[in-house]
Formats: sequence, structure tokens, C-alpha cells
Amino acid sequence: MNGILHGNKLKTAGLIIGIVFAFIILVLSVIMGYTNTSLSTAIDAYTAFNGSNEQLIIKISRVPRALVGMAVGISLGIAGVLMQALTRNPIASPDIFGVNAGAGFFIVFGVTFLGISSIQEFMWIGFLGAAVASGMAYILGSAGKGGLTPVKLTLAGAVIAALFASLTQGMLVTNEKALDEVLFWLAGSVEGRKLSMLTAVLPALFIAWIVSVLLSRQLNAFALGEDVAVSLGQKTVVFKFIAALMVILLAGGSVAIAGPISFIGIVVPHFARYLVGSDHRWIVPFSAIVGGIMLVAADIGARYIIMPEEAPVGVVTALIGTPFFIYIVRKGIFQK
Amino acid sequence: MRKYWVIQRNSFSYLIDKKTLIAIFVLALIAFVSMLVSIGIGELYIAPWDVFTALFGYGLDMNQLIITQFRLPRVIVAFLAGASLALSGAILQGVIRNPLASPDMIGITGGAGFAAVTFLTMFSDESNNLLISINYLPVFAFAGATIVAFLIYGLAWKNGVTPIRLILIGIGVMALFQALTTLMMLMGPIYRASQATIWLTGTVYGTSWKEVKAILPWFIAMLPILVLLVRRLNIQGFGDDLTMGAGIKVHRERFLLLMVCTALAGSAVAFAGAIGFVGLIGPHIARRITGSSFGGLFPASALIGGIMVVLADLAGRTLFSPLEVPAGVFTAAIGAPYFIYLLFRNQ
Repeated sequence: MNGILHGNKLKTAGLIIGIVFAFIILVLSVIMGYTNTSLSTAIDAYTAFNGSNEQLIIKISRVPRALVGMAVGISLGIAGVLMQALTRNPIASPDIFGVNAGAGFFIVFGVTFLGISSIQEFMWIGFLGAAVASGMAYILGSAGKGGLTPVKLTLAGAVIAALFASLTQGMLVTNEKALDEVLFWLAGSVEGRKLSMLTAVLPALFIAWIVSVLLSRQLNAFALGEDVAVSLGQKTVVFKFIAALMVILLAGGSVAIAGPISFIGIVVPHFARYLVGSDHRWIVPFSAIVGGIMLVAADIGARYIIMPEEAPVGVVTALIGTPFFIYIVRKGIFQK
Repeated sequence: MRKYWVIQRNSFSYLIDKKTLIAIFVLALIAFVSMLVSIGIGELYIAPWDVFTALFGYGLDMNQLIITQFRLPRVIVAFLAGASLALSGAILQGVIRNPLASPDMIGITGGAGFAAVTFLTMFSDESNNLLISINYLPVFAFAGATIVAFLIYGLAWKNGVTPIRLILIGIGVMALFQALTTLMMLMGPIYRASQATIWLTGTVYGTSWKEVKAILPWFIAMLPILVLLVRRLNIQGFGDDLTMGAGIKVHRERFLLLMVCTALAGSAVAFAGAIGFVGLIGPHIARRITGSSFGGLFPASALIGGIMVVLADLAGRTLFSPLEVPAGVFTAAIGAPYFIYLLFRNQ
């Protein structure tokens, strides 16, 4: 399958344009919002800080959330690619696997019963939840005859998600204070995140980004089928384990900072494939860039839909993502 | 002695295993006993036998008052809601031909939930007072469920509706409505958010005869339709080609079944909230007892669903007393692990 960008030159150009675009959207994210600011204010905030309201907003709120959005978007985009390649399934993604719901449940459980509050603890318990939920969905989805088909996986993930979601709801019902604290987190948002939250998770995410890029050749081999991959000398068991570990790092880390943000993981890899075809060496970086841009853009949009209040970005991605998801389904990728 | 009973008329046919009949009878007995026990337990304990006599108008006036005015309607609504949800799940699993389908999974309850939360946020003023009567909540919920069902069906339509498209689009739509629900909850006051959370989890708290009168007609109206549809649903299990070969208009039938499913789920959700997992587990347990022929599966699912919600409500009222835990928490907490166990065992 070829994308619309033929040849390595065009693809490289596309990637560079993407990176430039990512920077532009980051800047826009810093200056746009309820308190409109200008680019010069943003620069002054770091070079000639004078303690004005606008500068404070930029330093404390806008810049961290833009960076968090970018990091989470990149991670979710890559996680989607890895999952879709691993399961050879066009709709595999963190949310379909119930990762978000699992991490959400574990974190709410931690807040309610174990009294956790620091972002590091959030992160570890989020990883745990992501691993448990995706493992359960994978086992459930591949049970029975026919192996891991898209429909079975989707249903299994939906069941797992429903399980964790209702348990989360149950805890929240009995604990109104926790509801107040985690409601916004549960919707998926990058608002109000501090830079320290990002730096806590960033090393893990960064390692996972690099490893994923290094894995992309292996992904190509694996995409040809497990038998072919073995005959090409791939240690598929090791490969699958590492790739799954990366997925958990990426999805778990994202959900720990931003809460459950849906549909980025499904939509982005499809878009990247549309651009560059089926070579994972290109798909992985393109998905990263597109994911980052999409999440930051969605976050900008989230500031405007219910002005003066803010919508969680997870709601915006769901609003954008659902029509796309329905389009994929209608296009009939699942007809065998 | 023959192993099966066959009841056949022009428009319906039933093939009932005698073992199934016994199983259904036992289930009905369990349902009755659990209702009696559930009525008896509460702030004031009333022994099952006293409950029984009070139901027929004997015994202490005090007991009669408590039972007929407060506890009986609640238990009836719990039972009917559970039965409706389980039936709706059984139908859906038949239509989709996949045992993992259920009305909470394809967005029907999600639509009802969104409508209900919208109702709570849109019609409450600054001081958290509702501007119109809370009695309209079920109407909204029901409308939401119906609209979403049509939406899913319409989006899944492409020269007919295949089960796979139906379920996948249903899950997508479900995610959308979950997002919208969260948005609504955030826009409203936090007091409403917690009220909405309780409603979304599913509870039969504070039901009276009014609710019974509202939910019962739906349930009763759907029963004859189900009786007529049983044999056709049985055939659908063999796949679209065979069903068409048997002279059944698959798509019309599928639409009709989906509407019955929505009506049942919608009415249950409207009066008892989005009680989770009953629609999924009820039919599963029933299938283990009666096999997968819908003649036996329907009544067994309905009874098991009813028992589940009655017991979940009982647990919710008593275990953490004086705190009232919504019944939906228990159906999920017990139902979900059981479901996972089932799937692993079937592997």
C-alpha cells in the first residue's frame, strides 16, 4: 500500500513540514484561549518577566499544558501504531483495549483507598492499570475459535472498559469528595497540569519513543505475518514482549498525566498510513507528529466550545474521533 | 415420555425441553423467595412468612403499610428492570450472534444516560432546584435510548445491516455519548454531577407505585412480541443466508428485534438507571442452564436478570447501611468477575 507521499524525499519533506507545523500549533496553544495573549508577551514571559497576569498565565498554565498535550499526543499516536501492528487489527488502540478505563480505575482506587496524591504514584499505578486491562482484553479477545479478530477484540475491550468504568463509578458514588477531585481527570484533560508532572513521566515516555522508532523495522517484518517474521530471523516472542511493554509505557504514562483521551490512538495511525503507506519506519514518526498536533489542536478547540468554561480535551477528541471511527467501520475494513 | 414439548400454532412455535421447564420453574421459585426476603429485610425486619401473609392482606397493619407502600414497589421495579435488561441483552446477543453484546455496550443505555444527565443539568437553576418535575426524567431517558438506537441502525445501514457493523458502530456511538455525558456533568453544578453519577450507576432508591405503573405496561406489551419472535430468532443464529432461505425478511426482522430490545432496555434504564452487566450476564447464566434455544432462554434470562437486580438492591441497602450503595455497583462488582471467569472457562 502506498501513501499519497511517494518517495523518500517527499516523505522527509512531509516530516519536516509536520515538525514545523507542530511548533506553530504549540505556539498557538500558548497564546490562544480565554485570556488572549500575543507572541511577544509569551517571549517576554521568559526573557523579560514582569509578573503581569498574562505572563503568569503563560508560564504557569499555557506552556505546561501545550507541552503535556504534545507529549501525550505523540505517545498515544505511537501506542496506536504499535497496537495495530501487534494485533494486525485496524482498530486496536489504547482505548479499545480498555487501557484508559483500567488505568482510570486503578488511579481512582488509589485516590480513594490508598490516599495517593503525587504524580509519580499516579504514574506507577496507571501503568499497572494499563497493563492489567490490556492483558485482560487481549486474553479475552483471543479466546475461542478464530483468534484475535477485530470484532472480538473490540467487544472484549468494551467489556473490560465497561467493567472498570462501572467499578470506578461505584467508588465515586460512595465518595463524593473523590468525585469532585477526579471528575475532570476522568474526562481526559491536559489543563492544570504542572511541568513537574510532565518531567516525572517524560523519561519513560522518551525511552519508549526511541525504542518504538528502533522497533519499526521489526514491525515491518511482523506485519508480513508471524511465520514470515520468524523465517526472517525475528525472535517474535521477545519482539512482542518489548512492543507490548512500550505500549504499556506509552498508554499508561499518557493516561497518568492526562486521563483517558480516546480516539487519538485509532485515528492517527490511519492518517499516517494514508500519508506514507505501509512502511513502519515512516508510520511511526508520522504518527508521533500527527498525534501531537492533533491533541494540541483539540486542546485549543476545547477552550472555545463552552466558553467561558473549558471542555476536557478527551471530549473533543471523542467528538472528532467518533465520526472517523464510524467511517472506518462503514468502509468495511472488517469485512472478511 | 418425550423429551420435548412442542407447542405449535400458525405464527409461533415453541420447542421446550422438559428439563428447561423444570429449571424455569425453580428459577421462578428462587425469584419469588428472593423478593420475599428482600421485602422483609430493612430498617425493620419482617420475617418472610409475615411478608407472605401481609401480601395477601393479613398480619399487622404496620407491616402491611411498610410492605405495600415502601418495599413492594421497589422490589417489583428492581425485578422488572433486571428482567427487561436481561431480555434485551438476550435479544441483542441473538441478533448480533455474539455473546459479548449487551445494551450497555452498544450505546442504548449510553443514550439514555446522556439524555438523563442533560435533563438534570439543563433544567436546574442556580440554586440546584429542578425547573420541571423529576417525573419527566424517564421520558427523556427513554427518548435518548430510542434516538440512539435509530442513530446506530441508520449509521450501520449499508445495503442492510450486518451484526458486525451494528456492534462496532454501537461501540463508537457509545464512546461519543460517554464523552457528551461527561461534558454535561462538567457544565452543571457538582451537586447535579453526583446525582447524575448515582443515576448512571443504576439504583431503584425511592421508587413508588407510580414507577411500577409506568414500567409494567412496557414489559407486558413486549412479552407477546417476544413469543412471536422466538422461532425466527432461533433461525437467525444460523446466519443471514439460511435465515433468508427460510423465508424470513432478515433486515425487517432485525429492525423489529432491535426496537423491542430498545424498548425493554430504555424502560428499564428510565426507571432504574443504567444498571450495568445485567444485560450481559443474565443471558449468559441462562444459557448455561437452558441451552441456547430462545424458547427457554428468554424466560430464564428474564428471571435471572430480575433476581440479580433484586439481590443487588438488597445488598446495596443493607451491607453498608445507613449508606445506600446503588444496585448497579453490585451487579458490576459481582457480574463482571463472574463473566470473566465464564470466558476463561470456555476457552
